[in-house]
Amino acid sequence: MRYIFKTDYDQDIRLAKHGGHVFWYSLLLLVLVGAPWLLDEYWLDQLTFVLIYGVVGLGLMLLAGFTGLFSIGHAAFMGVGAYTAAVLAHGGHSFLWTVVLSMGLSAIVGAVVGLPALRVKGIYLGIATLSFGFIVEEVMARWESVTGGNAGKHVPSLQVFGWQADEPVKFYAVCLLLAVLSTLVVLNLLRSPTGRAFVAIRDSEISAQSMGIHLAWFKTLSFMISSALAGLGGALYAHKIQFISPEQFGILQSIDLLLMVVIGGLGSVHGAFLGAIFLITMPQLITLGKDFLPAVIGQAPGLQAVVYGLVLIAFVMFEPLGLYGRWLKLRTWFQLFPFYRKGMFKRQKSFQKSDRLK
Amino acid sequence: MQELQVLLSGVAQGCIYGLIALGFVLIYKATETVSFAQGELMMLGAFCGLGCVTYLGWPFAMGVIAAMAAMALVGWLIERAVISPVLGQPAFAIVMLTIGIGYVARGAITMIPDVGTDTHTMAVPYKDVNLQWGALVLSASQAVVIAATALLCALLYLLFKHTRVGVAMQAASQNQLAAYYMGIPVKRLNSLVWALAAVVATLAGLLLAPITFVHANMGFIGLKAFPAAVVGGFGSLPGAIVGGLIIGAVEAFAGFYLPEGFKDIAAYVVVLLMLVIKPNGLFGENLRKKV
Repeated sequence: MRYIFKTDYDQDIRLAKHGGHVFWYSLLLLVLVGAPWLLDEYWLDQLTFVLIYGVVGLGLMLLAGFTGLFSIGHAAFMGVGAYTAAVLAHGGHSFLWTVVLSMGLSAIVGAVVGLPALRVKGIYLGIATLSFGFIVEEVMARWESVTGGNAGKHVPSLQVFGWQADEPVKFYAVCLLLAVLSTLVVLNLLRSPTGRAFVAIRDSEISAQSMGIHLAWFKTLSFMISSALAGLGGALYAHKIQFISPEQFGILQSIDLLLMVVIGGLGSVHGAFLGAIFLITMPQLITLGKDFLPAVIGQAPGLQAVVYGLVLIAFVMFEPLGLYGRWLKLRTWFQLFPFYRKGMFKRQKSFQKSDRLK
Repeated sequence: MQELQVLLSGVAQGCIYGLIALGFVLIYKATETVSFAQGELMMLGAFCGLGCVTYLGWPFAMGVIAAMAAMALVGWLIERAVISPVLGQPAFAIVMLTIGIGYVARGAITMIPDVGTDTHTMAVPYKDVNLQWGALVLSASQAVVIAATALLCALLYLLFKHTRVGVAMQAASQNQLAAYYMGIPVKRLNSLVWALAAVVATLAGLLLAPITFVHANMGFIGLKAFPAAVVGGFGSLPGAIVGGLIIGAVEAFAGFYLPEGFKDIAAYVVVLLMLVIKPNGLFGENLRKKV
């Protein structure tokens, strides 16, 4: 058990709380930097996807996990970023422009979606974002001069100042850099007054308002930052997959993203990446497991959906804090050994927190 | 005259939306949770009916009743097994849970060999019959949709107004705790509400079957019923039907007058406008939060 002896106020907001953090995260970074030498091309590709989805997940985590606003249309922002990247790359522009513009455009779209968020909350907001997602998908399918419509659009590899990321390793480096940067941005944001305001809004809008937090501004801001990150992820996604079409950014993708943050663990930055790892490795695990199942089950097309659904149900029922929550419990178990009690992370039921108030 | 024709087909489609929305609203009123699995329940119901009529060769009426009974059981079991243990958790957890149920339902149907992945037509006695009044043409399946919706509304009205269980449901939906103190078995009612919602969804699925087809992804139409529920006000039963009719009509007219593509998103545009202008919907109660 580690006791942190605080001698300085800065220790409360320091990113690395103690030496263990410094050690383990440096090691993680080292492994990630060394990954091209450690992994073969296939797994490097998967790792790239984890990083890309991690960036999108960070955005959704900020919105859903830290501000308490749920978006069932987040893939639409990814789509905006992806198509911006596609158009800019076709024009031969530098990737720096892509980053700036795809984030900027997505943020603007996010602000527009955030407008209904000022008046509605809970499930109504979910339905508003769901509707918006459908509308954006339809626009992407119909605006053929820009998006290529349902036929899809090819995306050239990215280039910055004449440097082409035409190999998977180079592209991996770009993704790693941007993923680390976005993580640092989000972590920094969360320890700033803005981030604290987000969390306050999540926990109770009324008390946040009483503390002088401007709800409308901070909710819109949260939507903007979240969709900017999703846009960045979308741009990377477009460059990685090199061919985009509107149905990649439809409702199923949005639900996948939600599934990612819920399974990763709502309200934790780790959760975004853990969820991304889950989302990327799950299909592989299912493919591996197929051979051990009888052919009737193993070869059925619906197997993946059933497994996803069951895992989701299991997590909501038994582990609402997600993978990160499981890790916290495990860690606490080891730290407190042998004094860990079963009820330490017990959830409180909250029947009073009703949307429909009396 | 043409407008009237468009309106009529819009109303028939709207009835389907309304019926699915009715399921949302029933569940929302009773347990304050939003079920994203309603469309999938509808799909399961349609497959149940299909199984009884096509594969077992039962008469249509018997198949319908059997499907409804089976789905009532499914709804009941879902509530018992997964929903009630997590009641009281944040609303969003339960939304994710129902999304999970939807995934499982869709996957499970496609896993049935030779049946799940195909598109089926359902043999109904009133297929290919058209009704005609002057220049207005209405296919019998659409007429049946409208009639059945009206009948179901009347039945539900009687249930909620004049039966013990209906009044108890109303009480529980207004305040679960107070209802519990009055001796109403709230937990059992919640299960009953899920069963009822599943039956309504089954009916929607069986009514929709002759108009579109029965296939594993037909549940996605449930996503269009959300706008219906919101437009009507999420907590209002008549609102769900009215909202469904509005969405159906708007969609039909958008398909008729506007360029291609607008038909699919008309419902969502309407709901966004509604949320910006009047977030509580047409029939929703306007309640302010007190600290």
